Amino acid sequence: MSASVLFDVPGPRGRRRQRIGSVVGALVVLALVGLAAWRLGANGQLDPSRWAILFDARTNVPQRLLEALLNTLEVAAVGMVAATVLGAFLAVGRLSDHAWVRIPVAAVIEFFRAVPLLVLILFCFLFLPRTGISISAFGALALGLTLYNMAVLAEIIRAGILSVDRGQSEAAYAVGMRKWQVMTFILVPQAVRRMLPVLIAQLVVLLKDSSLGFIVGYLELLRTARSLVETLNFQFGPIYTFQLYVAAAVVYILVNLLLSWLARVVERRTGRSTKAAATTEAKLPADVQMGGGGGTV
Amino acid sequence: MEFLSENWGLIQSAFLTTLSLAVVSGICALLLGTVLAAMRVSPIPALRGLATFYVEIFRNTPLTVVFFFLVFGLVYVDVQFPSRFIAAVAALALYTAAFVCEALRSGINAVPAGQAEAARALGLDFRQSLTTVVLPQAFRTVVPPLGNVWIALAKNTSIAAGFAVTDLTALLQRLANANADQLLLVFAAVVLGYLVITLPSAYGISVLERRLAIVR
Repeated sequence: MSASVLFDVPGPRGRRRQRIGSVVGALVVLALVGLAAWRLGANGQLDPSRWAILFDARTNVPQRLLEALLNTLEVAAVGMVAATVLGAFLAVGRLSDHAWVRIPVAAVIEFFRAVPLLVLILFCFLFLPRTGISISAFGALALGLTLYNMAVLAEIIRAGILSVDRGQSEAAYAVGMRKWQVMTFILVPQAVRRMLPVLIAQLVVLLKDSSLGFIVGYLELLRTARSLVETLNFQFGPIYTFQLYVAAAVVYILVNLLLSWLARVVERRTGRSTKAAATTEAKLPADVQMGGGGGTV
Repeated sequence: MEFLSENWGLIQSAFLTTLSLAVVSGICALLLGTVLAAMRVSPIPALRGLATFYVEIFRNTPLTVVFFFLVFGLVYVDVQFPSRFIAAVAALALYTAAFVCEALRSGINAVPAGQAEAARALGLDFRQSLTTVVLPQAFRTVVPPLGNVWIALAKNTSIAAGFAVTDLTALLQRLANANADQLLLVFAAVVLGYLVITLPSAYGISVLERRLAIVR
């Protein structure tokens, strides 16, 4: 149902009311933004010299932020690749005909989906060193992200495999393929193709979740912003705090919007492709995108 | 086990903090999300644009960053939350509302167009047809996704631990530092605390789903 079913195309009076409503609404929003800007200005936060530090290469700030962005992307990339590979194995395992494979795999998936991501990361960070496995903040973060996302991706890929038209596997069996051949040559490629936009959407989630590295002390964007604030406060007093946090948030939003946009482009391309036509519609549920603990138990 | 009974008071209060964080911010997010969803289908373009902007921004910002801004950033516009708990509720509610809105919007889209057309044919205006015809049906179809959002919210409350709210995860960090030998037990207790919230919720949602599902 499209939204326009809910109301008539407005007539002249309705349009006038809407225009008045829009103007009043815009004024209220502008007033709020203006109020915030005025308070910021009154506190001297909008002073250009304070913002200039973000672009001044001599202070090392842009370099540090760039490095932090690369760190964030690095941990997200490691997590994504590992989680996708493991997730594909788990998805296939959960669809296995053998109960001794299916049940443990299902237990693993359900367990890692049920535990909050932060608890998983803390587990890797605090517990593994005690057992003699030395692990860095990067390792703990990457491992936590991998374990959590592999379970989420396993469910996504499983949904993708199940959404492939039954005729595809029947035809494959009819031409004499074995079970593993049907899975690797027929079902998984189509499922992955079908799920590509969802996988990219999950990358956005993973990138967002990498900000949890802040809590275990991995130098990702947020942590770097914080440590920069601390060193700069030491040198100049607390004048750059707000600017650095805003910069970190803006970088996150821009990178994620870029990825979301990429997901939409891929979705449109795969939607047009004839090879994906044999599958039924499958979508990422809204809750998975919440990250940090999305998904059902 | 002795260790657990020694720290029982701490565990109980941490569990209650997590639970109340989830419940309070869940209710706020549901209200705000419903308003946002109504805005996204409203006839006024400015409201639609505003709601879309809100959802896009919050869906693409890490929850940790939202927390950061409410806890450390709002001071610079001279706004101060009375306590860290309320700041955490605000962050969770603002973030989750965007996802509630998306879930509800998909529910509104799932209501057959004939329903809204019939409502309009009867002479109901936008507000009436939305609140008496479309939204009640939309809510019934989005019970599973909304339930999942609720469970995700319950798990996301763990991030509040990084911002000085003494919830289960904060307890984990505190006990882990104090009792290195009992670490596995601490983890088990904390994970169990979360499961006590999420597993009954998942069951309740599936019951609710069966009771409320609309057979078309």
